[in-house]
Amino acid sequence: MNASSPSPRKLRVATVSLAGCFGCHMSLLDIDERLFDLVERVDFDRSPLTDIKTVGEHDRCDIGLVEGGLCNAENVEVLRAFRARCTVLVAVGACAITGGLPALRNHLDVGDIMQSVYGRVPDDPELPLPLNRVLPIHEVVRIDHALPGCPPPADAFWQLLQDLMAGRTPVPAPGLIRYD
Amino acid sequence: MVDAATVAGGVDAVLGRWQRDPHALVQILRETQALTHWLPRPLLAHIAAALGLTLAHVEGVAGFYRFFHTRPVGRTRVLFSDNITDRMLGSETLLAQLCARLGVAPGEVDAQGRFSVDRCSCTGLCDQGPALLVNHHPVVTRLDAARVDALADLLLADTPVEQWPAAWFDVIDGVQRADVLLSGLAADTPALPAVLAQSPQALLDEVATSGLRGRGGAGFPTARKWQACRDAAGDLRVVVCNADEGEPGTFKDRVLLASHADAVFDGMTVAARAVGAQQGFLYLRGEYRFLLPQLEQVLARRRAQGLLGRDVGGVAGFGFDIAIHLGAGAYVCGEESALIESLEGKRGTPRIRPPFPVQAGYLGRPTVVNNVETFCAVAHIARRGGAWWAGIGTTQSTGTKIHSVSGDCARPGLYEYPLGTPIAQILADCGARDVQAVQVGGPSGACVPASEAGRAIAFEDVPSAGAFMVFDRTRDLFEVARHFARFFAHESCGLCTPCRVGTELVVRRLDKLAHARGAGSASAFDIDRLHDLDTVLHSGTHCGLGASACNPLRDTMRHFGAAYAQRATAPQFQPDVDLDAELSSARRATGRSDAGAHLHTDTPA
Amino acid sequence: MSAVDPTFDLDGQPVALQPGDTILSAAARAGLDIPHLCWSEEVSGSASCRLCTVLAEGRPVAACVTPAVAGQKVECRTPSLATQRLRLLQMLFVEGNHFCPGCEKSGNCLLQVQAERAGMTDLNFEVLNPERPVDASHPDVLFEPNRCILCQLCVRASDEIDGKRVFAIGGHGIATRLLIDSPSGRLGDSALSVDDRAAHICPVGALLPKRVGFAVPIGQRRFDTEDTRG
Repeated sequence: MNASSPSPRKLRVATVSLAGCFGCHMSLLDIDERLFDLVERVDFDRSPLTDIKTVGEHDRCDIGLVEGGLCNAENVEVLRAFRARCTVLVAVGACAITGGLPALRNHLDVGDIMQSVYGRVPDDPELPLPLNRVLPIHEVVRIDHALPGCPPPADAFWQLLQDLMAGRTPVPAPGLIRYD
Repeated sequence: MVDAATVAGGVDAVLGRWQRDPHALVQILRETQALTHWLPRPLLAHIAAALGLTLAHVEGVAGFYRFFHTRPVGRTRVLFSDNITDRMLGSETLLAQLCARLGVAPGEVDAQGRFSVDRCSCTGLCDQGPALLVNHHPVVTRLDAARVDALADLLLADTPVEQWPAAWFDVIDGVQRADVLLSGLAADTPALPAVLAQSPQALLDEVATSGLRGRGGAGFPTARKWQACRDAAGDLRVVVCNADEGEPGTFKDRVLLASHADAVFDGMTVAARAVGAQQGFLYLRGEYRFLLPQLEQVLARRRAQGLLGRDVGGVAGFGFDIAIHLGAGAYVCGEESALIESLEGKRGTPRIRPPFPVQAGYLGRPTVVNNVETFCAVAHIARRGGAWWAGIGTTQSTGTKIHSVSGDCARPGLYEYPLGTPIAQILADCGARDVQAVQVGGPSGACVPASEAGRAIAFEDVPSAGAFMVFDRTRDLFEVARHFARFFAHESCGLCTPCRVGTELVVRRLDKLAHARGAGSASAFDIDRLHDLDTVLHSGTHCGLGASACNPLRDTMRHFGAAYAQRATAPQFQPDVDLDAELSSARRATGRSDAGAHLHTDTPA
Repeated sequence: MSAVDPTFDLDGQPVALQPGDTILSAAARAGLDIPHLCWSEEVSGSASCRLCTVLAEGRPVAACVTPAVAGQKVECRTPSLATQRLRLLQMLFVEGNHFCPGCEKSGNCLLQVQAERAGMTDLNFEVLNPERPVDASHPDVLFEPNRCILCQLCVRASDEIDGKRVFAIGGHGIATRLLIDSPSGRLGDSALSVDDRAAHICPVGALLPKRVGFAVPIGQRRFDTEDTRG
């Protein structure tokens, strides 16, 4: 592969799945043997892949990848923590960018849905409350880049990460922008 | 209430009066609604069947015009004029007062179906506002708390409008400075028959010599438009007077039609002679419905005088008559091709051009559409000569222009000046003090800051369609721009993407800056978005409405950026949505009110 | 004048024009792509989507309805027009409810492919989430108004090709919507047949023949390329 000049330090990358299906994470893993390159050049911070619970606990995180839209209050809190700690925030996949399939519920009343599903609706304060509408993340925080797709192709992930590691503005190559 | 059989009989009488002509659909809907208050779907189906149209087409037309109601309304419908000048005179407080007295919200009808209250776009009574329309027909001017209180009593008592105090319906001309047009035709000038005795070419030549340009806003040379119509292929030609004076803040045409209708009709007749037209229309905006009876009287008198009909003015073979069509509350119909669509009984969607109306206009016939003031000027030019008119004003902007002055000034009303008159002079004459800005030409015109009051109103400097709204230093020009943004979003015809979606997105972004929708505080990010939307709307909409929809935004951001900056103080991006409100449904379902059941919308620092 | 066919200049390339040509129709015949959504050579133009906006001698015009003029300089691929197209596409996406991953039209959708080609990665604007109930009343054709972009192709196909006048445009502004001509206002009670051109001309997934969704595998759909994942 083209050797870009090695970073002075390893970049920290965090990932999270909000109202998503982890399909985007699976697609990231689909970069296959390029994962070896990746772990040479980055450290993973909070991520389902590391089981670290808090993003950028000791330091800022260079890159945050957000899968999924916002369907409840906890999603909002997590997203805000990501935005606060990550230098570059990337909306990854259809759900983060548009709300995606979870947003199909947006024309229904979420309170009515809870009523009809649970009968007696759980009211434990530990449980996050769902939002009236599933929201794309750009309506709640500023995003720096977006990687569309359901999921984005593995090659698109790889290109994005390479661009960001090299300090370039990521521009997906033709064919790597897909919405399904 | 009228019973169903009477309604059916009335509707059939309306259909018969218009000879079941599908091109009269807008007129038929308007007259039908005058009987039925609103237009239920079965009634639309009846009309569609009678006219050989589809129900969907009729529904589409009925749903296009703001004055047609496809849902129940009260027997008495009160519409508050909602121009910024009405608001500056306290219309919103008065609307709230009336609604409180009546126990209805704006847009709602009371339980007994007696009345409904709502807002409408500018009614052209800015110099004597706040104003309102009753049943789309009479207007009530100079509203104040006492008048609104009395109005509430009448509505609650279900008193017919005919029994309301007559003084409420007074509409004055309010001419403050008259030049040639507002002074009327001089007695020593030739009568119309003598004018019409000239050859069509001679009439056209006089208008060409005068240098007259259209007074509706675009400023197209009148003679060139007429020549193109005259040269276009076709046996039948049409002259249309555009009296759809919808530009907020403009009311000059109202006065010309009220007090100088003969000059307007003279001008139309001269145009017909010059281009070889047989058919004339006055397209009167629905808000000016109260002028209809007197205008019909003038037309009847002119027919009796031989100034309309066959051999007009004694000119053998020159047949020409004028019919009045009413609009039904749609600003975009002021655009000439949308106006023609409306005349043909359709949705007022601007046409694809070419062909231009002068080539293929009403029913495909070559059609001249000119503004009321333009025709009035023609009446004078045809009598006193093109050179006389060309001697007034500047080289590029000949003649006079009438300004509808309203807002923060001691003497609102009509002011006529030669073109080339500096804004500062008009401001001085109307008694404006401590001026911050003037909206010249209405929201689709230009917002001129006081520092540029030395500029002149002329095609080569600040062109104007006739509105002149003054804002003093107590006014918030951000709110002015937001008001106009709502106006354009409300009036978008919905055809093209940038206007249909873009005007709505502008309103939402400005609402965010105004903190009006519960969204987070605004930041520089929101200002960037506004610049972005402004660029899109200025780069290729279908018609002028979309193209000018961001003019107030652009002008006020440039000249009064502080009004925006003070609303965009958040150091970082803030949410577009009210996050706490987004939890309302789940809070209701769970009955929770603990801290975890709430979200701060603003991002914590 | 020379005897050669008249041409106009599109981004530096000469395009031959014939009488009656619009900028878009002439370019299409020459195999040059001007992005568009609401145009089809089968029906008259509506000029509604504005995606085909080009600069004709520097003036923005809709290429689909603007007559081609010999010798004219027309620009389509400029940075500012690329941004304009991107913004228009984003406006269409936030105006409706467009969920490509679950849409039968995905891969065959003109809106989708235009957005992909325009490099659209995000929505930029806030989603409007309109309330638009699905109409599945017709036995053979689904009407999914959430995906309607108001291009009017179905309106014009029904009027001009099928001669049935099944559709019309209603409302105004952001509430503009497609109307169906039937006593109930529903598609199942209308005169539409699945054999009508209007049932197939929709560039997005708003009007779809039933029971054919997802029949073509990914990789073989209309706009699939070799990059499309299997």
